[in-house]
Amino acid sequence: MATLNKMEKKKVLLMGKSGSGKSSMRNIIFSNYRAKDVRRLGATIDVEHSNIKFLGNLTLNLWDCGGQDAFTGTYLTTQKSHVFSNVGVLIYVFDVESRSFDRDLATYTSITNALAEFSPSADVFALVHKIDLVNPEFRVKVVANREAAIQEASGPFAKSLKVFGTSIWDQSLYKAWGSIVNSLIPNLDVMERYLWGLMGETKAEEITLFEKATFLAVMKVTSEIGKKNPYPDRDEKMSNIIKTFKASLAKFTGDTAGPDFCEKFCISAPKFALIIEELTKNTYVMVVLPPGEAEANCARLNIGIARKRFASMDVLSGQEHDEGQDEGSGGN
Amino acid sequence: MSRGEDGEQADDGPQDPDSKKLAPIERKPRLLLMGLKRYAKITGVRYLVEANEDKCRSGKSSISNVVFRKMPPQDTLFLPTTTAILKESMHTFMDFQVWDLPGQIDYLDPNFDPDSIFGGVGAMVWVLDAVDNYMEPIGRLTETILHLQDSYPFIKFTVFIHKIDSIADDSREDVIRDIMQRITDDLYDAGLENPPINYYGTSIYDHSIFEGFSRVMQGLVPQLPIFENLLNTIKDRCHFEKLYLYDVYSKVYIASDTTPIAGSAYELGSDFIDLIVDLSEVHGWHRGNTQDSKMKAQQIYIEECGFEADFTQPVDPEVQLAESQVINFKGHHLYLREINV
Ligand SMILES: Nc1nc2c(ncn2[C@@H]2O[C@H](COP(=O)(O)OP(=O)(O)OP(=O)(O)O)[C@@H](O)[C@H]2O)c(=O)[nH]1
Ligand SMILES: Nc1nc2c(ncn2[C@@H]2O[C@H](COP(=O)(O)OP(=O)(O)OP(=O)(O)O)[C@@H](O)[C@H]2O)c(=O)[nH]1
Ligand SMILES: [Mg+2]
Ligand SMILES: [Mg+2]
Repeated sequence: MATLNKMEKKKVLLMGKSGSGKSSMRNIIFSNYRAKDVRRLGATIDVEHSNIKFLGNLTLNLWDCGGQDAFTGTYLTTQKSHVFSNVGVLIYVFDVESRSFDRDLATYTSITNALAEFSPSADVFALVHKIDLVNPEFRVKVVANREAAIQEASGPFAKSLKVFGTSIWDQSLYKAWGSIVNSLIPNLDVMERYLWGLMGETKAEEITLFEKATFLAVMKVTSEIGKKNPYPDRDEKMSNIIKTFKASLAKFTGDTAGPDFCEKFCISAPKFALIIEELTKNTYVMVVLPPGEAEANCARLNIGIARKRFASMDVLSGQEHDEGQDEGSGGN
Repeated sequence: MSRGEDGEQADDGPQDPDSKKLAPIERKPRLLLMGLKRYAKITGVRYLVEANEDKCRSGKSSISNVVFRKMPPQDTLFLPTTTAILKESMHTFMDFQVWDLPGQIDYLDPNFDPDSIFGGVGAMVWVLDAVDNYMEPIGRLTETILHLQDSYPFIKFTVFIHKIDSIADDSREDVIRDIMQRITDDLYDAGLENPPINYYGTSIYDHSIFEGFSRVMQGLVPQLPIFENLLNTIKDRCHFEKLYLYDVYSKVYIASDTTPIAGSAYELGSDFIDLIVDLSEVHGWHRGNTQDSKMKAQQIYIEECGFEADFTQPVDPEVQLAESQVINFKGHHLYLREINV
């Protein structure tokens, strides 16, 4: 329990050549920009730091590192220990259209060497970005080719490295980032147990937990029937769909899109029912059910009950447990 | 839920058994899309192809493809110029035809049989390119209106001041006003006062084309007053703020209650429909065991955005109609219900 109560701050480095799309993806994932809004972003000067509260007492300390050569030079020399120590995750963005892939790889190798020196236990993700610019037929092949080359250049991280083809114009970005934040969240097993508990009490086909601000899928459990869903990429599809609709709601109310979607959303269709509700201060839960009023009502009741259980879990609830104050950790 | 991929867009013709059985296709309300390329060169020639004058095309085919065929707006860049009249039958919430008239035909040519085109027309939409020099097309438009007034007094005229996206935000109003003024003046000089024309600024890159088209379509719905009354009644009973009746496939709205509200909820409503359609694609896969209700092309939803309201009402399990709620976003609520499959 003691480890649960501690505020966790994880340093995330976002690096890659200038213009590869780092700031674009940061603003889409964390600041509710729409893809068409990012064109007006300027080049990043030095490093832009942002602290992103993610799931309550997990804070992402995101370093968006300007990629122009002059800046990269200082990261690797004078600022080396400052930049590369205590890193949880390195996200390295490759522009798929880059004309100098070999040079990109050389820079990447220098970066991973520095990382190995100061944060050997970090996770490394490489994104082959702007994949929309590649003919759909060749995308898988292009990513596979790049992946092989990147892996070779990854030094000690070659084994654990994960590579994704991404684009701001479709859900591929949410897939990559969903996987990234998943690697950062502690106690996923506890959460999973709770979700299975909720599953047992309803006729749900699938229960998915989404982080509120980003609508990235954090965790999900799936029944035997749910496993037959023909869309393996449905989590990132959902992130994309809901974020798009959030932008419409924001446009209507005249607010810039904040972290909230709505209190409750439900749909009952001929083939399925679906409920999305706030679960904790930082999460939404989505329950997919067979059609019918009774099932949906039952699920709704159980979400209400589960809410209390989840609230006692610090990492989800975001209760302010500053400096070891232990009261209020919820009677278990 | 499906968008009704099958059948609703069959080109008119003998292969369409329904229309053959019920009524001759010409009897359906007809909507004409007109507009001009350069007029000066068209002199007594019926079909004059001017392939190199592409830049003066006003956007008629783009509109009909975006609204009725779900073509992504950026893809319209590749549309070829239309060389013959394109007739499309739509079977959505009502049967009607859209005729896309090539800009290069001189319809006022005395050799031309006007009845074949204008007889039975419900509405005429004149697509005016707001970016191009619009003097010439305006002259042509007023000429056409004057010409048709006598023989076909029932035609409802609408002018789409189109490609409005290409005009800076702050001068849009001025351009629209200028065009309206010129047309009104021209017609007045020719002796036509208070001409029956509606104007909308439109663009295929946002909701304006759907909203404009909605208004045109409403002019073809004979039951419009009945729908409006019904919607008004529901609105009052349920304390809704605003109610719309949508055609799901085209996202044209067929009617709304008649209370004016600040701003428009139309756009939000059509985004709501998008959301439901997208979700249904991801989660509405065939489960196998439950029998699936057969989907037809015609689907109508009702949508509103209102205050607190009790949405819980008994639903007949036999009638599987989609229903959805968005509860409490900044104090607003949205409710959508399919009322007709
Ligand atoms: N086609 C395409 N363009 C993209 C994508 N992501 C970003 N871009 C474009 O890439 C350009 C540069 O993006 P930025 O995010 O500013 O690049 P950056 O990596 O932050 O650059 P520095 O701050 O200089 O390091 C922008 O004009 C974006 O519109 C993508 O997925 N596809
Ligand atoms: N910016 C902008 N361009 C548009 C819009 N609508 C159509 N266009 C462009 O206008 C060009 C011509 O469109 P068409 O729909 O083929 O024009 P048309 O009126 O059918 O032309 P004809 O068939 O030759 O009579 C295309 O390149 C479209 O992309 C709009 O709302 N905004
Ligand atoms: Mg940047
Ligand atoms: Mg055309």
